[in-house]
Amino acid sequence: MSVPVNIQNISKSYEKVEALKAVSLNIKAGELFGFIGPDGAGKTSLFRILTGLILPDSGTASVAEMDVLKDFKKVRNITGYMPGRFSLYYDLTVAENLNFYASIFKTSLKENYDLIKDIYVQIEPFSNRKAGDLSGGMKQKLALSCALIHRPKLLILDEPTTGVDAVSRKEFWELLDKMQQGGITILVSTPYMDEASLCNRVALMQSGNVLSVDTPSNITARYKGQLFAVKTNKMHNLVTALEQVPAATQVYRFGDEVHVTSFHENDTVFVGLLSDALKEKGHLDIQINKKQAVIEDCFLALMDKNQAI
Amino acid sequence: MYAFIKKEFFHIFRDYRSMLILFGMPVVQVLLFGFAITTDINDAKIAILDQSKDPITREITQKMLSSKYFILEQNLQSNNQIEAAFQSGNIKEVVVFEHGFAEKLQRDGKVDVQLILDASEPNTANMLSAYSSGIINTYSLQQMMAANKIPVSIQTESMMLYNPELKSVYMFVPGVITILLMLVSAMMTSISITREKEMGTMEALLVSPLKPLQIIIGKVTPYVLLSFINLIVILLLARFVFGMPTQGSMTLLLLESILFIIMSLALGILISTVSKTQQQAMLLSMFALMLPTILLSGFIFPIENMPIILQWISHVMPSKWFIIIIKNIMLKGVGIAYFWKETLIILFTTLFFIAMSVKKFKVRLE
Repeated sequence: MSVPVNIQNISKSYEKVEALKAVSLNIKAGELFGFIGPDGAGKTSLFRILTGLILPDSGTASVAEMDVLKDFKKVRNITGYMPGRFSLYYDLTVAENLNFYASIFKTSLKENYDLIKDIYVQIEPFSNRKAGDLSGGMKQKLALSCALIHRPKLLILDEPTTGVDAVSRKEFWELLDKMQQGGITILVSTPYMDEASLCNRVALMQSGNVLSVDTPSNITARYKGQLFAVKTNKMHNLVTALEQVPAATQVYRFGDEVHVTSFHENDTVFVGLLSDALKEKGHLDIQINKKQAVIEDCFLALMDKNQAI
Repeated sequence: MYAFIKKEFFHIFRDYRSMLILFGMPVVQVLLFGFAITTDINDAKIAILDQSKDPITREITQKMLSSKYFILEQNLQSNNQIEAAFQSGNIKEVVVFEHGFAEKLQRDGKVDVQLILDASEPNTANMLSAYSSGIINTYSLQQMMAANKIPVSIQTESMMLYNPELKSVYMFVPGVITILLMLVSAMMTSISITREKEMGTMEALLVSPLKPLQIIIGKVTPYVLLSFINLIVILLLARFVFGMPTQGSMTLLLLESILFIIMSLALGILISTVSKTQQQAMLLSMFALMLPTILLSGFIFPIENMPIILQWISHVMPSKWFIIIIKNIMLKGVGIAYFWKETLIILFTTLFFIAMSVKKFKVRLE
């Protein structure tokens, strides 16, 4: 039922920018696969190539063994695509939007109601409201319903959670989980690192390169060095203070803490070095704790390496 | 397909701006061109310097004032008041009768009336002078007939065919129909297609199994209908507000119009394929279609008077040929035999634009 996606050496440049640099990926049938990376990483370009909206400069890609260049019409028939901007008609109501998308795929809302039921029940009370008047989370659910209306075997979601509140984001991922169980291959891109752990596998992308492809737990397990979280009473110059400690690497603000990575063989000695240096600068209430690296730490570490090359 | 057309109608009816352009503009334009921008002159203010004050001068004055063209603003007493009368502003013409007008006429059988005109508006001055001469000549002719004298001078008698009263509405209506059909069809379709691009919904349409031709037909069908309604509104206004009849076959007129509408729509699609935003589409339609249509189609300025180069350019304006066609049908009442060439030209342009736009309409982004 579900389909694999195969990407081979895809490159794409716009005038001066190289959006994709020989990207190769294999996505298994039925996988919930995440593309994680900041704006300009090349996620949207890759999705547009897969849906046949733009042509790659070189390389090939296939969906269910069908070439996305030659058989783009067949590929489009089994693909549900939700572009970065919710592609809804803001002057049409919720129901009108759904019916329209159903009819251009030669199907109807009734026929596939069971498929989108879980999502649609949440927006059904507003079915007579214009799409433009919906909240971000509601728009996103409507757009997802529209992308799902023709029972696609592959669902491509371009930053579906950007600009959506935390609660809606959580609900949205629960929906994706459910659909995956229904046997749909899902490709989803997101700039939010915390969403990476919800995918089966993720590709970390930066400026057209794939930095790493693996399960979220493998990626974090491969983190080199020991991560520490530091907190003091003078957070504003903490980063500068820590950067002056020779043993401390990869110092950056992370939420209300500062993350520091140590390659020192002895953690206690390292903590001692840090707290001495901080006390010298007049920091008080110093808390230094060992931390398990999360995807964002891995991403930032990989990014440093990528830029160094 | 049906759903697509229905959706397009929702867009139009829910956007008050496009409704205004669609239905407000035709009415306003026809009324504007019909009433305000008219070259007919009514109620021009004149002054009379009657130095003779005899029955004949009084009779001529009476004749002039009883026509609908003139209103007596001032009676002047002497020659030196003339300059001041014009300078005061609103007087367009001064009629001067010399001393002993009637006596001179009796004695010599010939007398002069002087017409002095404000030529700061040359067209108005020309027309007023023609109206006045006309009235005075008619009077003198009647007098001579009454006196059983055969007039010695040879009079030209012009007969104005197809528009006997030289109403400017007759000239404007075909032009307005052309402009509006072109504008509504081309501008509205190009805007509505580029809007989908701007909103990102085009991306979703393109990944759907819809063929480009289906998207195009879905987009233009509502505008064909609306333009057709517009055409009817303009024709009704022309008929009942300005009393302009359609001499020829109404069916033929409507068929030719539909052909022209389809051509404009194809042009609109072509515009939308080259523009990225709604504004760009609107400006392109305005400058590429509106201005040439108004200036070069022979709507306002006669093509025969243009420099050769502009005349050549006017030949490639489909609107020029369409204006010729509607004038033929509406005013002359002739059939297709008289303008099959023009019809063929429009037909070929239509096919050309359709082919171009289907070819240029991209199945992909960029």
